[in-house]
Amino acid sequence: MAVGYLLALLALPLGLICWRTFANGAGPVWHALTSASARHALEVTGSVAVVAVVANTLSGVGLAVLLVRHRFPGRRLLDALVDLPLAVSPVVVGLALILVYGRTTGFGAWLAEHGVKVIFALPGMVLATVFVSLPLVLREVAPVLEEVGIEQEQAAWTLGASAAQAFRRVTLPAIRWALAYGVVLTLARALGEYGAVAVVSGRLVGKTQTATLFVEERYQNFDQPAAYAMAVALAAVAVGILLVINLLRPREGS
Amino acid sequence: MAITVSHLTKRFGTFAALSDVSIDIPAGSLTALLGPSGGGKSTLLRIIAGLEPPDAGTVQIGGTDSTTLPPQRRNVGFVFQHYAAFKHMTVAGNVAFGLEIRRQPKAAVKRRVDELLELVHMEQFADRYPAQLSGGQRQRMALARALAVEPEVLLLDEPFGALDAQVRKELRAWLRRLHDEVHVTTVFVTHDQEEAMEVADEIVVINNGRVEQVGTPDELYDKPANAFVMGFLGPVTRLDGVLVRPHDLELFDRPEPSSVAATVQRVVRLGFEVRVDLERDGKGELWVQITRGEAEKLAVTPGIELFVRPVAGAVTAGDG
Repeated sequence: MAVGYLLALLALPLGLICWRTFANGAGPVWHALTSASARHALEVTGSVAVVAVVANTLSGVGLAVLLVRHRFPGRRLLDALVDLPLAVSPVVVGLALILVYGRTTGFGAWLAEHGVKVIFALPGMVLATVFVSLPLVLREVAPVLEEVGIEQEQAAWTLGASAAQAFRRVTLPAIRWALAYGVVLTLARALGEYGAVAVVSGRLVGKTQTATLFVEERYQNFDQPAAYAMAVALAAVAVGILLVINLLRPREGS
Repeated sequence: MAITVSHLTKRFGTFAALSDVSIDIPAGSLTALLGPSGGGKSTLLRIIAGLEPPDAGTVQIGGTDSTTLPPQRRNVGFVFQHYAAFKHMTVAGNVAFGLEIRRQPKAAVKRRVDELLELVHMEQFADRYPAQLSGGQRQRMALARALAVEPEVLLLDEPFGALDAQVRKELRAWLRRLHDEVHVTTVFVTHDQEEAMEVADEIVVINNGRVEQVGTPDELYDKPANAFVMGFLGPVTRLDGVLVRPHDLELFDRPEPSSVAATVQRVVRLGFEVRVDLERDGKGELWVQITRGEAEKLAVTPGIELFVRPVAGAVTAGDG
C-alpha cells in the first residue's frame, strides 16, 4: 500500500520525466544545460542557495541554542514564529517582500536612492529564499540539542573551556549530523524554491532567472527538452545530496 | 582548599531551594551533603561550582571570594550523576580535555592521562568510547577527567546515584581510598545516609533548603540535633511522643521500673536481628530491634504482653 502510494506520487512522475528527458540520448540534454541562459540560471540558483544556506545555518544554530538553552519572555512566541515560513505560501512571502522593499514604498525608495536594489535583483531573491528555508536547520538541530542536554557543556566549563570552546568541541560534534541534515534540507529547498523567487525576481532572462524559473520559462516557450533537462538536473542534485547525507549518517545508537 | 559558604539563598520562582545557608568545609576533607531529594543539596553544590548563581550570599574557595567567578575560573572539578561524558571522544580524549584546553604540551598531556587512567583502573579502556563502557566505568572516567586539571576542590553530584547497588558499594569504598591518596577537598551530594556515613569525614544534613546539622557521622548518629536528623540517619520508632532508635529499647517479660506494657503484633526474623512490632493499648505502635538470643529467651510470639523501656543513655529526640 505504502509502496504503491509512494510509487504513484514520487517514483512514477520522476521516472517519466527522466525517460522523456533522455528519450533522445544524453547529447541534447547536455546541450540544453550548457546553453548560455541555462548556465546563467544555474549560477544564479547556486549563488542564491549558497548565501541562503550560510545565513540559515548560522541563524538556525543560533536560534536553536537560544530556544533550547535559554528561558526568556516571548520564547514561546518566537518558537511559534520561526515556523511561519513553512505555513505561509511562498507567493505571499514574495508579495510581502515587494511591499517592504519595492521602489514604490518608503523603505524601498530610500534604499534605491542609496543605490541598493532589492526587488528584481539578487538581494531580494536571497531574502525570499532565506525566508522560506529559515526553520529547516533550526528544526533539525533543536530536538537534538534538547536531547543532548546541557551537562556536557557544563562539564566542559568546569574543565576550563570558554563558552566558545565548549560549543566548538562539545556541542557542535554532538549536533553535527542534525546540522548536516538541516543544511542539506535547506540547500534542497533553496535550489527548488519557485514561488517567492518568481515574485521578487521579475524573471529577467539572463539576469534574475533561476534554474526553476528557467524550467518554467522554457516550458511556456515550447522548449520542452530544455525544461525537462533542467528539471531532471535539479531533481538529480536534490536526490543526490539526500542520498549522500543518508549514507554518511551513522546508524542510530552508534 | 577550604570552602566557606555564607548566607546563601536561592529561589526558583516561588520555591526556596536554599534559605540562608552557611557552612565551612575544611581543606582536604571529604564532606557529604546529605538530605532528601529536592532539599537543596544539589543546588548548593552547583552554586559552589559556579553553575548556578545564588540570589544572595557568598562562596569563598581557598579564601578567595568566588561568588561571581565563572565556573572556568574556580578551579573545581565537577562530577555529574549521569556522567556527562563527551560521547564523541574516547576515554583518553575525555580525560585529556581540560589539559588540552590549557594548551599543555602533547607529551605532558599523554603522560598525565596515562597516570590518571591508572589511578581509576581504566588504562585498558583508553581507546573506547563512553557508549562502550558500563555506568561504573563511565563514572570513573568522569572522575579522572575532573581530576586531570588538578582542581582545588572536587564536587560530586549524586555520583553513584545512577549505578546499581553492587557497583555503588564498590565505588564508595574506592572513592574513600582515592580521597586518601589524592587529598583534594571533596564534597559529594547524596540522599543515601549509609553512603554518607560510610564515605564522609563530615556530613552536612540539608532539608527544605536549610542546614539541619553538621558533624561527623558518629556525632550525627549519637547526638542528632533534632527529630529530622535522627529520623534521616537511621531507623527510629516512637515511645511516648519521643523518637528513639529501635535498638535502644529493651524488652522484659515482667514490669520493670519506668517500663510500659505492650502487646506483640508481629515478629520478623532478619538473620541475627529480630524485629518485634508492638501495640500499646490505645497509645500507638512501636517496634524494637533485638538479637535472636534475646528473642528466644523471652519466647517472643504474637499476642503475648511484654514491657518496654529505653536503655540507659539511649539517643532520643523530641517529636518535632
